[in-house]
Amino acid sequence: MARSEAAPAPTWRRHMRSIPWQSLTPLLGLVFLLIIGSLLHPAFLTPTNLLNVLTRSAFIGIIAVGGTFVIIAGGIDLSVGSMAAFLAGAMILVMNALARNDLEPLTIILLGVGMVLVAGLLAGAANGLAITRGRIEAFIVTLGTLGIFRSLVTYLADGGTISLDFAIRGVYRPVYFGSFLGIPYPVWVFAAVAIIGAIVLHRTRFGRYVRAIGSNQEVARYASVRVERIRTLTFVIQGVCVAIAVILYVPRLGSASGSTGILWELEAIAAVIIGGTALKGGSGHIWGTVVGAIMLSFIGNVLNLTTAISEYLNGAVQGLIIIGAVFLQRGRSGR
Amino acid sequence: MPRLTRIVLVLFVLALGFGFAQTVIGVSIPAATHGWTGGVNWWAAETKARLEAAYPTLQIVISTAGSASEQANDLEDLIAIHQIDALVILPFESDPLTEPVASVKDRGVFVTVVDRGLAREGIEDVHVAGNNPALGRVSGEYISERLGGEGNIVVLRGIPTVIDNERVEAFMEVIDQTNIEVLDMRYANWNRDDGFEVMQDFLTRFPEIDAVWAQDDDIAIGVIEALEQAGRTDEMFVVGGAGMKEMILRVMEGDELVPVNVLYPPAMIATAMEITALNFVTSVPVLGRYILDSPLITPENAADYYFPDSPF
Repeated sequence: MARSEAAPAPTWRRHMRSIPWQSLTPLLGLVFLLIIGSLLHPAFLTPTNLLNVLTRSAFIGIIAVGGTFVIIAGGIDLSVGSMAAFLAGAMILVMNALARNDLEPLTIILLGVGMVLVAGLLAGAANGLAITRGRIEAFIVTLGTLGIFRSLVTYLADGGTISLDFAIRGVYRPVYFGSFLGIPYPVWVFAAVAIIGAIVLHRTRFGRYVRAIGSNQEVARYASVRVERIRTLTFVIQGVCVAIAVILYVPRLGSASGSTGILWELEAIAAVIIGGTALKGGSGHIWGTVVGAIMLSFIGNVLNLTTAISEYLNGAVQGLIIIGAVFLQRGRSGR
Repeated sequence: MPRLTRIVLVLFVLALGFGFAQTVIGVSIPAATHGWTGGVNWWAAETKARLEAAYPTLQIVISTAGSASEQANDLEDLIAIHQIDALVILPFESDPLTEPVASVKDRGVFVTVVDRGLAREGIEDVHVAGNNPALGRVSGEYISERLGGEGNIVVLRGIPTVIDNERVEAFMEVIDQTNIEVLDMRYANWNRDDGFEVMQDFLTRFPEIDAVWAQDDDIAIGVIEALEQAGRTDEMFVVGGAGMKEMILRVMEGDELVPVNVLYPPAMIATAMEITALNFVTSVPVLGRYILDSPLITPENAADYYFPDSPF
């Protein structure tokens, strides 16, 4: 995936030269973190631990792949954490309602998955259209929908927790906990979303337009790029990515509440920026985002595996590593 | 214009007359952002319905706030718009709300404080509180007794606050007198997802764990899921806390993994509202401090604490 950036080249040398070495810093940060982790605790490098962390990173990672499109196009989406909580709550309620109708659990789950994908698409489109047709700043629109989705899930849950019907839960649970060839399903889905995202961003006309809008909207407009439509589509992609993350999240705990997905938006944005995408838009890579999301999960894991750092300082260490990772990047790329 | 003024005046006098006939109790609580506060909201609404039906002279106004500053604004509205005679408040945070509540008191309003106290003494007429140190102590006593005074445990803490500190300090006072080793403590923020991830990492780190103190039922649900994933449910037991209905049900059914629960009842808001109402509808003495216990919930008594209609 790291080389999806490289253009096909006739010789090995030209191929090497075309790899953007300066933007490999996030990968170096991740390797550094893995070395620290393996020094701190012998169990760190066990497959179980590595797969646990990779599986956890799938939620934020998949959301951040969508976020990469939004941010490269010069937008921002603050609503994704609340949207995830709302979609999870709605999905569980729909499946519970269907469960009362004597349907097969598998049918119910497929209907739930279909519903949540459509709902994610619509939620993303609502954000996008309010921004482009309504001509309101993305920051304000998504700050608004952040509050709206969060209240809606609290309302649906009656202030408590929405829990999935037990029979469906048993059938659905393996989607998070099961694995194929020893790799958990969420990791496969994360990889698939990232590869499709990378192809769309780096290999299609749509991807070029997204970058063009982010670097200079007016020039893009004069080049007859349909700026509004492309920008709306980036939010639709974001919404669908949130829905995919929710499909993997619901089978884990089988519940959603007002505290589901709190601050996921900031983690997703951090993953995108650590991955080398410019917050002001115009340039970025999907693979960097993937590395950024995995790195964020590993920071938490490494801190949990050691008593060397007081638990009161977890947040401070996380903050330092995030700033450090982005600082190295800016220094290297000489922007 | 004069006609409008007249209408407003008439309405004002009517409202005033209505106000005299009734005692208005304002209830200010945090918005239902997580399970426990959801329970507080449900109990407040239930109690409002019960009290208003039982005592026609009472009128109860509930306002929910998303933050401490929003709650301070709510107090001003309760005074200015609803002209409350009594205030029942579960403060978001002690310090920022001390002065706003004191100024409500200065207007002659009867004040009942619930759960966390105010930063200055002598403001409230009635204080109804849960017992955080007792929650920690009762949990510690159960774990040490069940383990026979030795073994390895891990602790998942809440959000770094006074509440969490009081619980953990009291818990450690009990544990320190035994040979039980606390392998590590980490914050899980009273959140299911954090409970799941912290427990996964504990399981990676420690091959031998005899018990988990999750302190809170939301954390405990995440912990249980991590244990099931690792296939280590029969090696240890989990002690949560607060009295979430799903966990009480597990205790009632004799689940080996969740043998007990420790109560920290969101229904304390109902206790406070009932006591406040008594002050206005009877002449029984009510002033003072009420500390609710945090009893151990076992399969024998679990049915007394099971409220299937409550969201928590």
